[in-house]
Amino acid sequence: MMLYRALGQWLVVALMAVAAQAQAELTIEITQGVDNPTAIAVVPTGWTGGALTEDVAAIASADLRRSGQFRPIAREDMLQWPRFGDQVFYRDWRVLGSDYVVLSRLNPVPGGGYSLDFELYDVLSQRKVLQRNVQAGPQGLRDLAHAMADAVYEAITGIRGAFSTKMLYVEAFGNKRYRLMLADVDGAREKELLKSNQPIVSPSWSPDGKQVVYVSFETTRPAIFRQVLATGERQQLTNFRGLNGAPVFSPDGRKVAMVLSKDGNPEIYTLDLATRVFTRHTNHFAIDTEPAWSNDGKSLIFTSDRGGKPQIYQVTLASGRVERLTFDGDYNARARFTPDGKSLVMVHRYNGVFHIATQDLESGMIRVLTQTDLDESPSIAPNGAMLLYATKDRSKGILAAVSLDAGVKFRLPSKQGDVREPAWSPYFTKR
Amino acid sequence: MLSSALKQSLTLAVIMAALVGCSSTSTTTDSADADSAVSSAADSSAVDTTDTMADEAVEALDTVFYFDFDKSMLKPEARAALTAHAENLKAAPKAVRLEGHADERGTREYNMALGERRAKAVRDYLVLQGVDASMIETVSYGEEYPAVVGATEAAYEMNRRVEMK
Repeated sequence: MMLYRALGQWLVVALMAVAAQAQAELTIEITQGVDNPTAIAVVPTGWTGGALTEDVAAIASADLRRSGQFRPIAREDMLQWPRFGDQVFYRDWRVLGSDYVVLSRLNPVPGGGYSLDFELYDVLSQRKVLQRNVQAGPQGLRDLAHAMADAVYEAITGIRGAFSTKMLYVEAFGNKRYRLMLADVDGAREKELLKSNQPIVSPSWSPDGKQVVYVSFETTRPAIFRQVLATGERQQLTNFRGLNGAPVFSPDGRKVAMVLSKDGNPEIYTLDLATRVFTRHTNHFAIDTEPAWSNDGKSLIFTSDRGGKPQIYQVTLASGRVERLTFDGDYNARARFTPDGKSLVMVHRYNGVFHIATQDLESGMIRVLTQTDLDESPSIAPNGAMLLYATKDRSKGILAAVSLDAGVKFRLPSKQGDVREPAWSPYFTKR
Repeated sequence: MLSSALKQSLTLAVIMAALVGCSSTSTTTDSADADSAVSSAADSSAVDTTDTMADEAVEALDTVFYFDFDKSMLKPEARAALTAHAENLKAAPKAVRLEGHADERGTREYNMALGERRAKAVRDYLVLQGVDASMIETVSYGEEYPAVVGATEAAYEMNRRVEMK
């Protein structure tokens, strides 16, 4: 108690959970794409009403470009802007070198909101590949654009699109102000979820995308909180002495794995959210931290320096059996499983430099994905195509993305503070 | 005076044995550091000389203690000031907060654990000197509060620290 009173003077915590809307502070810089991207023409969206706040075709086109798999045709280069399929002259698009054409029409929905009809045409085979309608509320034009990009991406690549997903990240201004942010994965529509003058660390998502967990130092110590996105309602999950860190929801959403040092050493625990029971899963005097669930929820991987240097280990929850997974390099930490469960992504030190790497679990082969230094916090898209990570650009914290085959890269520098700890959301709709 | 000096070096030897014991069980690669720590501990006369200076220089005592990369072992030069702090805290008990920090290299949560291990190394030293453990709180900020911003070895050295408050 004495400690708290003494600290009260300088620990003034300002907490707000308001939506602060401003112009996008993250910008996109594409640095590398695949060698032969698919050329696609996303024709400007047909609309007969007044001025719109968003350019749907341009947003979808930027989504496809960011994936690195596509080379969108500039709309100035298009010979015509057809609205319907019978207006498509395939020869003209072939001359432009476009492999595909996307047409779309926007209509108002009675009572507010929009309806978007779109089709995808294959120029070579001269046929319609896809036709769909999506609808959204008055603020949902970007949602419609991302939904169109998702459908087009999947029709052509066979991989489910993840343009409609979101990301969390932490923004810091010096050591003074911290914000937990939510944004579209293109950086748009950012929203402040929490503001504090104490650090905010390790945000991550519930599997349904409706809640987040994170560590906040607002109580003068690290504590784990969960927050409901729709309502802003918050709940403090832990208040132990020592570390309260690295929270991650289980795949079924019923538990949160975390690191606690209440019993002396940093150990991996799970908290059952319904019963409020904490279960300890490691018991070692070394550092055990950064848990992540296997996709079946039956085991946890974690970082431990029990062998002398940080490496990745796996504990089977039912038996408590611990197995070491990484052997290559003298620093492997904060691993996550890929969605197919066949690989890890992690922070890997190579020649003294911290990169993001993948490790194939069967062969043990490590592949370094990034070339920059101080790369950390890899977070994989739910379709497994790309991952977001944090890095430094001239000592400023920025976000960046790389495909899991290292072929595609882009950066999301911030116009304002240092940004870090990106967490890519799950899909918001299950299939 | 002679007997108290003797007592102090004995205490030190016990502490060092404990610290070395910890580190050698936790890692194999640390053994080189452990050896050097033992030899510097034997050379504990440095602690005694500062003992007499402690009273007149309470304000000037170091309150920040530095560590090597991915290490949480107290450096020999930290001990003199910590011993003096311990004497002051025993004479006039007050709540102490030990804040552990790491440099920006490596992952955030691992660094959080590393900062805690450093803060606990300082706490354990004070407790072995006779300071009431219930008066000491340890908190780790990991790499969140660098003392010096920058990606240079010099900046990193200043950031791997425990601050006594």
